[in-house]
Amino acid sequence: MSDGAARPFPHRHLLGIEPLSREDILFLLDLADGYVELNRRPEKKLGLLRGLTQINLFFESSTRTRTSFELAGKRLGADVVNMSVSTSAIKKGETLLDTAMTLNAMHPDVLVVRHADSGAVALLARHVACAVINGGDGRHEHPTQALLDALTIRRRKGRIEGLIVAICGDIVHSRVARSNILLLTRLGARVRLVGPPTLVPPALAAYGVEVHHDMRRGLRDADIVMMLRLQTERMRGSFVPSTREYFRRYGLTWEKLEVARPDVLVMHPGPMNRGVEIDGVVADDIHRSAILDQVEMGVAVRMACLDALTRRLREAA
Amino acid sequence: MSGRPLAILGARLLDPASGLDVRGGLLVVDGRIADLGPHLGRDGLPEGAEVLEAAGLCLAPGLVDLRVMVGEPGAEHKERMDSAVAAAAAGGVTAFAMRPDTDPALDDPAMLEFVARRARKLRSVKVHPWAALTRGCRGERLAEMGLLREAGAVGFTDGARAVADARLMYRALAYATALDAPVVQHPEEPRLAEGGVMNEGWTALRLGLPGIPACAEVVMIERDLRLAEATGGRIHFAGISTAESVAVIRRAKARGVRVTCDVTPHHLLLTEREVEGYRTYAKVSPPLRGEADREALVAGLADGTVDAVTSDHTPQDQDSKRLPFEQAAFGVVGVETLLAAGLELVHAGRIGLLRLLEAVSTMPARLLGVEGGRLARGAPADLVLFDPEVRWTVTEAGLHSLAKNTPFEGRTFRGRVVRTLVDGRTVFRLATTAEDAATGAAL
Repeated sequence: MSDGAARPFPHRHLLGIEPLSREDILFLLDLADGYVELNRRPEKKLGLLRGLTQINLFFESSTRTRTSFELAGKRLGADVVNMSVSTSAIKKGETLLDTAMTLNAMHPDVLVVRHADSGAVALLARHVACAVINGGDGRHEHPTQALLDALTIRRRKGRIEGLIVAICGDIVHSRVARSNILLLTRLGARVRLVGPPTLVPPALAAYGVEVHHDMRRGLRDADIVMMLRLQTERMRGSFVPSTREYFRRYGLTWEKLEVARPDVLVMHPGPMNRGVEIDGVVADDIHRSAILDQVEMGVAVRMACLDALTRRLREAA
Repeated sequence: MSGRPLAILGARLLDPASGLDVRGGLLVVDGRIADLGPHLGRDGLPEGAEVLEAAGLCLAPGLVDLRVMVGEPGAEHKERMDSAVAAAAAGGVTAFAMRPDTDPALDDPAMLEFVARRARKLRSVKVHPWAALTRGCRGERLAEMGLLREAGAVGFTDGARAVADARLMYRALAYATALDAPVVQHPEEPRLAEGGVMNEGWTALRLGLPGIPACAEVVMIERDLRLAEATGGRIHFAGISTAESVAVIRRAKARGVRVTCDVTPHHLLLTEREVEGYRTYAKVSPPLRGEADREALVAGLADGTVDAVTSDHTPQDQDSKRLPFEQAAFGVVGVETLLAAGLELVHAGRIGLLRLLEAVSTMPARLLGVEGGRLARGAPADLVLFDPEVRWTVTEAGLHSLAKNTPFEGRTFRGRVVRTLVDGRTVFRLATTAEDAATGAAL
């Protein structure tokens, strides 16, 4: 299926980009490349994970990520069960380990978990016997999003090393930003973070990235512009005066994009807020916008992760 | 209290108040120190005196802990009076002041008498109650400070809740001047700290946890220093955590403000790095800070800016800690490891042994206005006997506290409490120690 097929993936879980080496990341991206081709064929189903059970455990609502994981599991032949745990119905957290123990007793092979609290997925992973994939934990990490973004960039630009990537918007509340910063710097990209000081504190420079509070400077000569939405659900109090002002200063428009490279690629992890962080016409430009590519790459990347994490299990069987 | 006289012989006598540091003996008669010094040996002891050979051990005033959360009333599943007292005794603590932000709060004279009676019945470590500064510790209306003082309150505080209302604090400080009692503030501006669960900075950013900025602390300290200055009131800051706080308090002391402060052993020994891996046992209020802050706290302790070292013993059960970090409860237990943790700084050459003992006994006793904290003729025989060299490892099972939320689990300390005496009565005795060997040989 792929170049790296012979190499075992040395991790039991995928909890974040942080523990992954450059080689681990390239292994997953190579594997995912193969699945992109498979997904474009009429017959998309493989029997690789036949007999294995995948549970998608979402403590936070999600449509696209959950669907993407569900398709990925089904295309590999796994039995996929979705479990949404409404945080209002069960007082959140108190039952996290109880839920983990209950599900563990059903002998799943893979758990995909999303939770509103940073570190919650790692906590759960310590109490189950199966592989765990972090589908997003609080503002901490969202590793499959970073992998699919990297795959999108690599397929459109042919490389990642040396590219200037501007990640713009609400960095402080974003798990997507954290995973992307870790992955892109590990693969040699030059990362800039752009946004107002309340959402992009200067201390973030410790990641080995540039911090900009002015869009024109942040976007200059950028190869990639990644827009993030305002995570109002994670905000306490006001971080920006209004969405109108935010769009004026930090929303992505043609005018602001002029300082970027002519072949700049615009990305957004979704869901988009048109007119807040991105102008609709920019998002819809098929030459510059990679937003729908990202969705396609998402399924392939998640197939690669499921494949990699179940290899030892399948070999043992 | 009466009974046979007790002579402790051959120990290293340490009294921070007088600077005494000499090998000698100490005689206890009727629960008080009758005599002490190098001259005291086996000859000339009173008829029938019990003799304790303590060669190689240090004998110091029992520790006085400024802030211990007892689960009573309201959280008896986390700690009870008896377990808190047992834990204190095992830590060489002969007196502690209990926090009033219980459920219900200690905001009523009858409540104070109730807890005092509970403690007295145990005939062990002395328990002094703080009284709530405001009714229900809600920060709205003053509690009956005068009546509470008469009922035995050593001072006033809303515990872990900061008094946010400046006018209320202004009045409280003014009113307390007539009662000769300190007002204790948990120095944290609540709006700046709201939602935060660890120190604001790089580690919090990386872990994706909401931070509490260092300025949340110093803002409150600066405000209250002005209020204390304006009223002539006595302000005490509980558990300071930042370098700026030390600097600001140092300057205030120099210009004569009636201010004191304390620091916890975990802030003296640990930093925010403990939070890595979302370790909820490192979730405390105020949060563990950076290395420069820790260094400044140690320096402040050494030069006397920091008056006391306080455990801020806050028991939490497993269900309160085995949670995602943001949802876990704040606080660590520490009354049992207070002395051992402090000795780390002595062994590292950062502070002298007498300075440490002053900060854990003499100063806190003086702050509370209670007897104790002294090794002197006529003082109560509240004593701790410890081996400064023996190494031991902290384990959950080894703790007497009902709650096991120590941040020092697995850590090997050098120096351990061997025996604790309150009014001359042994309230704690470590089994299988050098002391046993020594007394065994003597017998």
